[in-house]
Amino acid sequence: MDLIWLIPVLPGIGAALNGLLGIRYFSKPVAAAIACATMAAALILSIFAFAQLLGAEHREHVVTLGHWIPPIPLQTVDGLGAFQAPWAFRLDPLSGMMILIVTGIGFLIHLYSSSYMGHEPRGAYVRFFCYLNLFCCFMLTLVLGSTFLVMFVGWEGVGLCSYLLIGFWYHKKSAADAGKKAFIVNRVGDFGFVLGVFLIFFTFGTIDFREVAEAASHMPVEGAAFGVLSTICLLLFVGAVGKSAQIPLYIWLPDAMEGPTPVSALIHAATMVTAGVYMVGRNAVLFSHAPMVMTTIAVVGGVTALMAASIGLVQTDIKKVLAYSTVSQLGYMFLATGVGAFAAGAFHLMTHAFFKALLFLGSGSVIHAMNDEQDMRKMGNMKLYMPITYVTMFVGALAIAGVPGLSGFFSKDEILYRTFLASPLLWGLAVITAGMTAFYMFRLIFMTFFGEYRGPSWGHDAEGHADQKDGDHAADDHGAHAWHGPHESPTLMTAPLMVLAVGAAVAGYVGIPAALGGSNAIEHFLEPVYVAESAAHAEEGEHAVAHLSHAAELGLMAFSVLIAGLGIALAYHLYVRRPKRSEELAANWAGAHRVLTNKYYVDEAYNATVIKGTMSGARGLWAVDRNVVDGAVNGAGWLTRALAWVSHVLDKYVVDGLINLVAWICAEGSYVFRRGQTGLIQNYAVASLFGVFACVTVYLVVRFMG
Amino acid sequence: MMEITPAHYTVLSAALFSIGVIGVLVRRNIIIIFMAIELMLNAVNINLVAHSQQVENLVGQAFVVFVIAVAAAEAAVGLGIILAFYRNKETVNIDEMNVMRW
Amino acid sequence: MAETIAFYTLSVLILGLAVLVVTAKNTVHSVVSLVMTFLCVAALYVVLEAEFLAVIQILVYAGGIVVLYLFVVMLVNVGRPPEEHRDPRRLSVLGLGLAGAMLLEVAGIVAYSYSRSTSSVTAPAGPSPVQGNTEELGWLLYTDYLIPFELASVLLLVAMVGAIVLARRDL
Repeated sequence: MDLIWLIPVLPGIGAALNGLLGIRYFSKPVAAAIACATMAAALILSIFAFAQLLGAEHREHVVTLGHWIPPIPLQTVDGLGAFQAPWAFRLDPLSGMMILIVTGIGFLIHLYSSSYMGHEPRGAYVRFFCYLNLFCCFMLTLVLGSTFLVMFVGWEGVGLCSYLLIGFWYHKKSAADAGKKAFIVNRVGDFGFVLGVFLIFFTFGTIDFREVAEAASHMPVEGAAFGVLSTICLLLFVGAVGKSAQIPLYIWLPDAMEGPTPVSALIHAATMVTAGVYMVGRNAVLFSHAPMVMTTIAVVGGVTALMAASIGLVQTDIKKVLAYSTVSQLGYMFLATGVGAFAAGAFHLMTHAFFKALLFLGSGSVIHAMNDEQDMRKMGNMKLYMPITYVTMFVGALAIAGVPGLSGFFSKDEILYRTFLASPLLWGLAVITAGMTAFYMFRLIFMTFFGEYRGPSWGHDAEGHADQKDGDHAADDHGAHAWHGPHESPTLMTAPLMVLAVGAAVAGYVGIPAALGGSNAIEHFLEPVYVAESAAHAEEGEHAVAHLSHAAELGLMAFSVLIAGLGIALAYHLYVRRPKRSEELAANWAGAHRVLTNKYYVDEAYNATVIKGTMSGARGLWAVDRNVVDGAVNGAGWLTRALAWVSHVLDKYVVDGLINLVAWICAEGSYVFRRGQTGLIQNYAVASLFGVFACVTVYLVVRFMG
Repeated sequence: MMEITPAHYTVLSAALFSIGVIGVLVRRNIIIIFMAIELMLNAVNINLVAHSQQVENLVGQAFVVFVIAVAAAEAAVGLGIILAFYRNKETVNIDEMNVMRW
Repeated sequence: MAETIAFYTLSVLILGLAVLVVTAKNTVHSVVSLVMTFLCVAALYVVLEAEFLAVIQILVYAGGIVVLYLFVVMLVNVGRPPEEHRDPRRLSVLGLGLAGAMLLEVAGIVAYSYSRSTSSVTAPAGPSPVQGNTEELGWLLYTDYLIPFELASVLLLVAMVGAIVLARRDL
């Protein structure tokens, strides 16, 4: 257990190897081997650690590697506190479960990717594994982190990797845009999260989860007033909303499907998007002291679940259906946490990780088989060509639909049951969502694997040689090999599918509810995480109160199963028996259909409000810049020029004028005298003669007249 | 007729000098102007000699010798200048000699 | 009486020839009149008993300077009339008038002064007994006025050099 710090470090080493050396030097198999090997090592380490944890008396273990930020004095609510952030990792039941999910599913997806990404050029292939390993590294940091700050490192790291992987095919504009969208939308949430962490430190003087929980448990429950705990929880929940794609920040997740399918499976279904749920669960003590925020979470979760499921009803892109399904299921998880059933949320998180990863990988297999075709309308009857994928995906669909006996049934019914206890209205929402979920999942299955084949034709070896020659040759040539029709994927891809199918089928048995004669083992396993140590006993007593009779619980269970069955039956009716009927329905309900197809125009609304607002705000600021700031500068410039002009005029007409006037006076005045300057020597002689004459005359006058 | 006194010589000298002055001021041929200057010098010489004889002192006559020497030098240099100018400007008209004018 | 006759005759000749010098259209005529004027002045010197100066006058003026003038007049063989161009700003008439007026004034002054003091001043006048004027003048020049005399010779040398330099073709 002291080696748990190695669990995140190992994928990090793989990422560093692949990223620093691999892109230049490694061949594809070497890169894939390094990535899978580090994940396998992390998985083994996780399993050992988990086993040790199960055997331990005190199920909590903290490993501190050293100081990241040494203690520095910072202001808190009561005097100066010491802000410190050690590199500390915490292994407890919740993080133990999470590392198993992350390393387990991560390992499978690494295996799957090594085949799925095989068509990529070598550099991109290595880069992909580098990102994927890096993601696992950060995700494990997030999960294992013992303080908010270490968690935040992982939190931001997975956001970064998500951005990198969504935009993996960065030369495609839609992919690059989707990456940016995910990153930017996540920033909104992260902002809330960071503010929450600040407030936590300010309030409690520490950012260690356990210490915060201890401190919070001694504070009164803020039932009536919206106090500091509620503020913290609301801010943290904003972060969770961003990361886990809830209303109103869910819009990035469907677009994130631009990334490669294994990425969708790992990041945008199984692990990263559940980080929000994990974080809320990790701070269960805080949240349970803020009932108003809990209500908010529950409502947001329920509405998100319903809304996303309804959009999923009409999507035709196979990955978009799964994306909205993911949003919907995440809504379920928040619904569970919102009503206080943290363990149920975590349980659903785990089962969802299995069946949603399975579904995504299955859809990836189908897409792979259909030569990168994602539109379900161009598929059909695929069960003929890829039986393994068909069977495994069918299991996954059954699981998510909540068919009894499979994992989804247990986790979902736990949520439904706890929701019913808290609020029948939310329960109604959740049940309708469950019906929709069953419908759209089986719509997906039926459209893809049943009916007639509706995709493009391909060249058979014997016939159709000619039309391949003249028609599709160029189009088929884009891959390394020509497309020879849908085919079963290689073993490296089907093996993870099978493993996950088994997981999706049996994972629920760790949490069989008491009503069915089980002991709900996982709930008891996780329970210590959700209560402060000192308050553990009190909480236990409280739980005993809120219980319906087993019969009522069974009734609820039966009702939800019935709803799911109805959904499946409807899907079967509309897409297998009478495929035309669905189109008629779409035509009859054109308005509703259009609204759903356009995802309630949420993207458009964001475009019209937030983006337009930002743009027009920027434009306004620009206008202010241009008119006021530039105007001031230009005005100053103009003023300077005007003054300079005045000065110039003054210079030119007054100063120069004076000088010119003097010169002019001299010139004009000298005109008279200049006339004497004829240049004629004789005139000068006349002048001197005049002088002599004058002298003689004077002499004459003086001598004889005087 | 009355006796000839220095006053007569003086008047003669003045008249000759005036003719020279008029020649200098009126004529435009620079050679004639030079000749008028010679006339003026002669007028001065007459005056000097007449009064030298009157006061019975030969210094006046000695001075005339110097005047003649200076007149010779002046004539030589002046005529040299006229020649040089004529070679460049093809004229002896003093009204056209204005190259040194501002 | 002979002196009086000589004086008036020579005066008339000198003034008349001088007027010819100044007014002649032809430059050569002017030069000839100048020679005559100089000769008349030389004669006047003789009347005034300055024989040496008379000789000098004939040798230097009539023989040297006038020949120089003649040379120049011959060399400056102008194609067009030398006084064709006339600057309108010339003050010829004013000069003429001033000169005339001044002559009248000077004549007036001289005549008046002598008429007032004839008795006193003219007493010592009369033919001077001085003979051998040339010898005495030579004594004077080579004793009292030796240095100015030598300077005059230097002046003449300088003038000669200057004239030669000015007359060079390449100036």
